[in-house]
Amino acid sequence: MRILPFVITSAITVGLIVSLNTSLLLPAPLGSLLSPQQGIWQNAEDDNYNFSADLKFPQLKGKVNVYLDDRLVPHVFAEKENDVYFVQGYLHAKFRLWQMELQTLAAAGRASEIIGDKALEHDREFRRLGMVYAAEISEKEVEKDPVIKGECDSYTAGVNAYINSLTESELPIEYKLLDYKPEQWNNLKTALFLKYMSYDLSGHEDDFEMTNAKSFFSPDDFDKLFPLVQDSLDPIIPKGTVFDSAKVKPIPPANVDSVYFGNKDLADVQEEKPDRDNGSNNWAVSGSKTRSGAPILCNDPHLGLNLPSLWFEMQLSTPTFNAYGATFPGAPGVVIGFNDSAAFGFTNGGRDVRDYYEIKFKDATRKEYWFDSAWKQTDFRVEVIKIKDRPDYLDTVAYTVFGPVMYDKSFTGGRTNGKNYAVRWKAHDPSDDLKAFNMLDHANNYADYNAAVTNLHNPGQNCVFACKSGDIAMRAQGEFPAKWKGQGDFVMPGVDSSYMWQGMIPQDETPFQYNPARGFVSSANQKPTDSTYQYYLGRDYPEYRGLYINRRLNAMNDITVQDMMDLQTSEYDVFAEMAVPVFLKNMQEDMLSEKEEKYYSILKYWNFTDDAKSKGATIFNILWKEFTKVVYDDEYADAPKVIMHPFESTLLESVLRDSTYKFLDNINTDRVETLSDDVTDAFEKAVVEIEKTDKAGKLEWAKYKDTHISHLTKLEAFSSLHLPVGGGTYCVNAIKADHGPSWRMVVSLKPQTEAYGIYPGGQSGNPGSKYYDDYINKWVEGKYNILWMMAKGEEKDPRIKWKMSFSN
Amino acid sequence: MKFLISLILTAALSFAICLYCPWWSIAIVAFLVAALIPQKPFVSFLTGFLALFILWFCLTLYISNNNEHILAHKVSMIILKEDNPFALILMTAGIGSIVAAFAALAGSFARKTK
Repeated sequence: MRILPFVITSAITVGLIVSLNTSLLLPAPLGSLLSPQQGIWQNAEDDNYNFSADLKFPQLKGKVNVYLDDRLVPHVFAEKENDVYFVQGYLHAKFRLWQMELQTLAAAGRASEIIGDKALEHDREFRRLGMVYAAEISEKEVEKDPVIKGECDSYTAGVNAYINSLTESELPIEYKLLDYKPEQWNNLKTALFLKYMSYDLSGHEDDFEMTNAKSFFSPDDFDKLFPLVQDSLDPIIPKGTVFDSAKVKPIPPANVDSVYFGNKDLADVQEEKPDRDNGSNNWAVSGSKTRSGAPILCNDPHLGLNLPSLWFEMQLSTPTFNAYGATFPGAPGVVIGFNDSAAFGFTNGGRDVRDYYEIKFKDATRKEYWFDSAWKQTDFRVEVIKIKDRPDYLDTVAYTVFGPVMYDKSFTGGRTNGKNYAVRWKAHDPSDDLKAFNMLDHANNYADYNAAVTNLHNPGQNCVFACKSGDIAMRAQGEFPAKWKGQGDFVMPGVDSSYMWQGMIPQDETPFQYNPARGFVSSANQKPTDSTYQYYLGRDYPEYRGLYINRRLNAMNDITVQDMMDLQTSEYDVFAEMAVPVFLKNMQEDMLSEKEEKYYSILKYWNFTDDAKSKGATIFNILWKEFTKVVYDDEYADAPKVIMHPFESTLLESVLRDSTYKFLDNINTDRVETLSDDVTDAFEKAVVEIEKTDKAGKLEWAKYKDTHISHLTKLEAFSSLHLPVGGGTYCVNAIKADHGPSWRMVVSLKPQTEAYGIYPGGQSGNPGSKYYDDYINKWVEGKYNILWMMAKGEEKDPRIKWKMSFSN
Repeated sequence: MKFLISLILTAALSFAICLYCPWWSIAIVAFLVAALIPQKPFVSFLTGFLALFILWFCLTLYISNNNEHILAHKVSMIILKEDNPFALILMTAGIGSIVAAFAALAGSFARKTK
C-alpha cells in the first residue's frame, strides 16, 4: 500500500461525503438532496405516473375502492363507515403529509423544532394562548363520543398507515429540504388542526388597540371613531325580524363606568393576528327564484391563500352516507360540500370570543393572584419548546380562573406597562365540533341540519343549508357568550368574578332564517342582526359584500347556475360605488394640474369594477388611503403605537352623513378644513404615488395588487406569483394580495345534483407534480371544475384514471 | 478492457446499492472496484468519475424528462438561484462523480499493498 496517497485520498473522500451529507460546510446536504435515487429527484413525479395500487391493512373492516379521476380527485367507496375515514387519512397523508404536519406543529407552538429560534416568539405566543391546552380539552371531549372517537381513530390509523409505509426516497420534498422526518399522527393533532382554524377564524380581537383608543380619545370622539351602528348594514337576518326578550340577562358590574369604561390605562401589546378579512360569502336561493325550480347553494370561504392548498377535494361514500366536497387535510369528513339530499357551507361569524383580564399577582413568583377578595392559587403549565440546534426553552405559564396568563413579565408581547393579562377564549371550552360535519355529511333534511350544526360551538359560523325537498336555511351558529353592552371590547379587570362571562346564549336564541319569503338566505360576515337582537354583538363586521349580494339576489329571478357563478366572481366594488361620488362631488377641479387632471379623469369614468386591467381601481385605492391619512393623521399624531384605527365604513358613512365631520379639520392649522379641502389635498398627495406606480407600469389593478399564492415555506420557486387577477376586499370576489376565495362552490340541487367548484391549488402537495397547482389558472379566470358525484356502476367512466383497492 | 469492466461494474453496483443504502455507498462501490481490479491510479480516478457521471446524469435526465422538468425548474431556482434544469442535472452528476472518483483513487492506492 502506498500509505500517504491512500490516507490523503481516503480523507478527501470522507471529507467530501461528510460535507455533502450534512449542512456543516454547505447550506444544505447537497449529496443526499440531489442523489437521484433518494433525494429530490424522487419527487419529480412521472408525467404518466400510475397511482393505481392494491393495498392491504389489517385495521380495515371491509373492502374500500378508491377511484381517482383525471383531476386526481379520489372517489372513496367503503363497505364500512369508519373504513372511509381510514382511507381518507391515508390519502390526505399520501398527497398532503408535509402540510398537515406543519400546520399542526405551528398550532402546537412547535415551529422552532423545524426552523429554529426565529419561530420562538410564535411558539411562545401560541403556547401562552393555550392552543395545546385547548386541543387537549377537545380531544377529551371526543373521547366521550363513540361515533366521533371511532371516526378520528380510523383517520389517525390511516395517516399512520401511510407514514409507516414511507421510504426515505418517498418523503415529501419539504422534509428533504428542511432535513427532518414526519412523526406519528394522533387524535390530538387533528384537534390541534381544528384549533388552528379556531385561531384563524375566532382568534381575532382588538382589545388592546381599543383599550388604548378609549384611553387616548375623549368619549365623544371615541364614539364617532368607533360607532356601534353601520348605516349601510343589511344584516344576515333581515331588519324587522322580531326577537323575544333574552333568556340570559348579563348584568354589567356596579363599577363599570368608573373602573371599565372610564379607565384611562394604556396597554401596549403587539401580537400576532389572524387576518381581519378571514371572511366568506354564502347564500342559498330557493326553487321559487331559480330556472330549474331547484334550490342553488353557493359558498366561497375567504382565507389565506397558500400552496399546498388548505383544501383537498374528495368524495366519501359508505352505505350510510355519500358526501362530496372540500376536506381539510388533517381532519376527517367533508367540511363544505353536498350529499345525495343536501348541500352546506359556511362563512365566519366573526363574533368576539377572545377577551383579556388584567391579573394582579401577589409577587413575582406568580403563585397567587387576587380574586374575589382573596389570594387564589395559580396553576402552572410548563411548556417545553424544543429548538433546532439549541437547548430546549422552558416557558412556565400561569393559569387562572379566566384562562392562561398570556402576557406577563417573561412574555411581554412588546408591552411596556409591566402588567399581566389573562386570556379568556371560547376555544378553550369543551366542544365536539367535528360532530357537526359528521352529521351534515349524513343530513337528509332541515331537521338533520339543525341537529348537526348546533354541535358547532367554535369557531362560530354562519351555516347555510339547502336540500332537495326545497328547504333553504341559514343559522348564525356557534356558542357565544351573552355579554352586557361593551363587555370585552376592552381589557377587563381581573380581580373579581363580576367581569367574567356570565353565561352562553342559549342555542334556541341563535339568529336563523328558514325558507324566508324573499326566497334566499345569505351571509358575508356582516353583523348577523340589527340592534333589536336581544344580545350584544360588538362592532367589528364588514358590511359591503353582504350589501351587494343581497341587492343582487333581491333583484334576480329565473336564476341559473351561471348567474350564481357570475355573482360569486363579481368584481363590482360597492364600497367604491358609494365613496367615489363623495370624491367627485368635493374635488376642487380647478386646483388640479394637467397631470392630476389626467388621473382624475380615469377615476371619474371608472365603472367601480376591480377587474385586472382597471386603472381606476388602483387610483381609487391609493386615493382612499391618502384620504384616510389626511382626515385622521393629525388626531393620531400623538397616539400610542398600538391603537385602533376606524374602519373604512366609519369614515365613509361619517362623510356621507355629515360633510362637516369633526375629524375633517386639521387640528394643526388655524383655519377649519372642509371635506372639499381634504379630498383635494388627499388627491394631490395620492398623485405622487399614482404617478410612481404608473411609471413603474403597475397602474393596472392586478399589477398593483400583485396577488400571489405562496408555498407555506415562502419559497418563491414553489409559489405562484404575480397572478393577473382582479377582485378586492369589497368585491364578492374578494381576492387580495395573499388572501381570497379559497374554495368556490355552486350546487344546484336538482333531482340529479349539478355541482361546480374550484380552489386555487391542486390535489397534489408535491411541487414536483403536475397536479400541484393545476387549478390556479382556471381559478384566476373565474372558471369552475365540475364536481362529479360518482355513482356505483360508473367505474368504467372515462374520467376514472386509476383505481386503488384497500382490503384487510 | 479492464477500464470498461470497472466502469460498468462501478455504475451497475452503485445503482443497485443505492436502492437500499444511502447515496454515499457509491464511494464504497467505487473503492472496492478500484481495489479489486488493478488499474493505474489516474485511470481508476477516471473510471470512478465517468461511471458515476454517466449513471447519475442518465438517471436524473431520465427522471426529469419524464417530469417535463417541472421539479428541476423549481429546485434549480432554490439551489442555483437560476431557472436551469440542465445545470441542476450536471451538478447532480458532478457530485456523484467527484465522490466516486476520489473513492476509486483511494481504492487503487489500497491495492498497491503487494
